[in-house]
Amino acid sequence: MPATITQPIITPVALPLPKPTRRPQLVLLALAVGLVAAVLLGVGVGAVSIPAPAVLSILFSKIGLSTGLMFEPQQEGVLLAIRLPRVVLGLLVGAALGLSGAAMQGLFRNPLADPSLLGISSGASLAAVATIVLEVKILAAFPGLAGAAGTLGPYVLPLAAFVGASLTTLFVYRVSRVGGRVAVATMLLVGVATNGLSGAFTGLFTYAATDEQLRSITFWGLGSLGGASWATVGTLLPFLAVPLLWLPRLGKPLNLLALGEDQAAHLGLPVAKLKWQLVTLATLAVGASVAMVGTIGFLGFLVPHLLRTIGGPDHRFVLPAAALGGALILVLADTLSRTVVAPAELPIGILTALLGAPVFLWMVLREQRKLSR
Amino acid sequence: MYEFQNLTYKIGSKTLLQRVSGQARPGEILAVVGANGAGKSTLLRLLSGDLKPSGGELLFGGGPLAKWPAAGLARRRAVLAQQHTLALAFQVRELVLLGRYPHFGGEPTAHDQAVVAAALAAVGLSHLAERSYPTLSGGEQQRAQLARVLAQVWEAEAGFLLLDEPLTGLDLAHQHHTLEVARDLARQRGFGVITVLHDLNLAAQYADQMLLLRQGQAVAYGPVTEVLTCENIHTGFGLEVELLAHPRLGCPLIVPCLRQAAVAWTL
Repeated sequence: MPATITQPIITPVALPLPKPTRRPQLVLLALAVGLVAAVLLGVGVGAVSIPAPAVLSILFSKIGLSTGLMFEPQQEGVLLAIRLPRVVLGLLVGAALGLSGAAMQGLFRNPLADPSLLGISSGASLAAVATIVLEVKILAAFPGLAGAAGTLGPYVLPLAAFVGASLTTLFVYRVSRVGGRVAVATMLLVGVATNGLSGAFTGLFTYAATDEQLRSITFWGLGSLGGASWATVGTLLPFLAVPLLWLPRLGKPLNLLALGEDQAAHLGLPVAKLKWQLVTLATLAVGASVAMVGTIGFLGFLVPHLLRTIGGPDHRFVLPAAALGGALILVLADTLSRTVVAPAELPIGILTALLGAPVFLWMVLREQRKLSR
Repeated sequence: MYEFQNLTYKIGSKTLLQRVSGQARPGEILAVVGANGAGKSTLLRLLSGDLKPSGGELLFGGGPLAKWPAAGLARRRAVLAQQHTLALAFQVRELVLLGRYPHFGGEPTAHDQAVVAAALAAVGLSHLAERSYPTLSGGEQQRAQLARVLAQVWEAEAGFLLLDEPLTGLDLAHQHHTLEVARDLARQRGFGVITVLHDLNLAAQYADQMLLLRQGQAVAYGPVTEVLTCENIHTGFGLEVELLAHPRLGCPLIVPCLRQAAVAWTL
């Protein structure tokens, strides 16, 4: 019926688009180089100094290659037994926190989301503290379990923290859903309330704790990589391996999720499955990390945020970059925390909050100015 | 081909859509019209699969819509929602590339990039390809989203397009251009198009079939000239109109009768 009434207002000639910028790849490369440098610095600095060539020489000698460079046996001992496990622990935890922060921000479609702001870390802490305080009584009540708990030994605490983290995430996510959608303001408020509630129960357990348990509990609030050994690394690795390998592959789905759940579904995304994957993987990573090193704030929130301003919002970049960046910053922060007041150590949670909070404020103010302009 | 029989949707005791039937054929544009709150968007969200019908039958391509695998459906049918949220400050080209995600595994191919460029050209946004989406005007954002939807089904055979008020925020020229794109897809590419429209004159000019809704029920369904009668429009909108014949196109032209006053200003 309708005839052409006007000339087409737009000539649909497709000009080829300029090549996409390579900036994200360059940032990833810079982060990887920076991480190697931070690792060499981290294992080298301390009471016994180990220069980078000696570090490489020791590592090569371990796999049967000789570089001809000499090193002292004391250096080898310190590197392999003390420094290296600690740096590896920092690397794993930093990558896990950065990555799950990026994943949570993608899931909640909110750049302010973060495992600790949403009460996940406090939930993990509560479960860990409860385990510390109640452990003795539970084991005494079930003598048969004591043996099993003995073999499970190092896994009980991460497992408890994981369960605590999962339940809190589930709670915050469920309560914040109104009519099938996660309301941003509600979510943050529910997170604040959940933090308060977890804090109250943690306080209750603290009140009931013995002196020895109190020392362990204080550790959660501050966070420290001081307990690092190959055993801790070995315990943590199974919990972190899956999230660290899987989460960076979810860049495409998370990009689609930025359109909202319905639109993402129309582009073929199995939204419900993705949400469960994200929640499970992020809580696995955060729960296990918190269990091993305590609460380390601001990292999961700040790192993805910073990287987005540098390399753009594409999750295919942000996820791997947040892993590298989180690892880089935590390794550097830990090196700082054990050298700045040497021979004592500054708990790393204090340091990340001390550095992170001002950066957070600066970013908030900067975005406010952008909006008001 | 979309077929729906006695489609019903209820929330609690409230019935938003009651026993609405119809079909959308390849090569045709079906316009869904009606007053605010008549159930147009509800119908479209049922057809898109956002909402699950409380009753009735909904078939796409000969089988129940709910049985379609998500990925296969995404390559054949695209949906433009009424409201757009974009949580991330993507560039326009990155947004349009999201429409290609069902088509490539790891990295977009040269073909995918070419489709993005062509889709941007089709909505006249080539010059803004590198701009950040939040910095666009409302109408430009709407066109960028249309480009994303076009990119999604660019090479589809007998694809389908569901558009919920696609003209919101567009200037007069782009309103026509958007509907011309829809008409081209139907005429030249064999697409079926279902679109919610507010402007009855635009609907009369571009649509083949029309479904007029009022309070969740169908007032009239059929070819545009049969649906657009003074009586139906009065039933659907409570507005007295006169129908003229379009001087060149022959389609109906709707002119509302003037009323003395719209509001009784006394208390």
